[in-house]
Amino acid sequence: MLHISLAAEPIAHIGSFPITNSLALTWLVMALLIWASVAVSRNIKLIPSGFQSIMEVLIDGLYTFFESVVGHQVKMLFPLIASLFLFILVSNWIGLVPGVGTVGFFHHKEQVSEIAVPNETHEEELVVTEHVEENVEAAAAETESEVEFVPLFRGPTADLNTTIALALVAFAAIQYFGFKILGKKYTARFVNFKNPIMGFVGLLELVSDVSKVISFAFRLFGNVFAGEVLLSVMAFLMPFIAPMPFLALELFVGFIQALVFSTLTAVFVNVAASHEG
Amino acid sequence: MDANTWKLIMTGATIALGGAVPALAIGLITAKAVEAMGRNPEAASDVRTSMILGMAFAEAIAIYSLVIALIIKFV
Repeated sequence: MLHISLAAEPIAHIGSFPITNSLALTWLVMALLIWASVAVSRNIKLIPSGFQSIMEVLIDGLYTFFESVVGHQVKMLFPLIASLFLFILVSNWIGLVPGVGTVGFFHHKEQVSEIAVPNETHEEELVVTEHVEENVEAAAAETESEVEFVPLFRGPTADLNTTIALALVAFAAIQYFGFKILGKKYTARFVNFKNPIMGFVGLLELVSDVSKVISFAFRLFGNVFAGEVLLSVMAFLMPFIAPMPFLALELFVGFIQALVFSTLTAVFVNVAASHEG
Repeated sequence: MDANTWKLIMTGATIALGGAVPALAIGLITAKAVEAMGRNPEAASDVRTSMILGMAFAEAIAIYSLVIALIIKFV
């Protein structure tokens, strides 16, 4: 049977703090990015070679792209949006590595009953088994439903907690840069008593800014999680050649979503900073 | 019909309706962007950026319905 879980499952506990499988991979992504940045920036040469020149091409390409989006503010925004881009890109792609989501262990359901795994299916199965005449089959179904497969790793962005955290970072950055660029005048975007229309627009801006968090979080989570479901369904239907084009599609989607997340952050900062009230 | 049947039907209906309209929107966006790039190839990179942003907004609606469908199915 297909294993699809909407929430990340805990694989270990520190005290009462659960270490979920997506958190483990988040730490791996962080370690990878920190290692890469340290390895590149420790001995920067004027004439780059090897690893440094690859990273220079990457950073330079990102810089030119964001410059075409936000203009002269790119110098101030670049550290944030490039970090967002790189983190989301690596997170999306590391979730596609074979073994992530498929290597794991079996867990008895009673011990993990407090997490988001729905208990209804278990109960329904019990109800169904009462109607079944053959007791052998019923017993088999029961034991099967009690054992739960828990993958060791899960893509960081396939967990709603990660994407909500990223969306909150983007939201905070929009407000921070709005205040930094416009100063006290920035509050006029939300609270404006100049005339009734501007007052109403301020209310709308407030609602739209809060909805940005939801939209950011669900866009990224939805895309990545839908990709994982698509890949597992395809592998379930036809395990050999069929999933390959979808894997390529998911690589593309992962890149586009990282680009969209960072570009939208940059564009929203630009909109907030260019507000006149 | 019992609740489970309705759940299945609504899952399919949610993603079918929620996927059809954004698909149309993305098609229109791409068609117009390609037309603009053909008319003015120098502006191709600017048009491409706006096109991807517009597609992301249109696609977000499909993703919302996907999330709703998944919630109906699994929760």
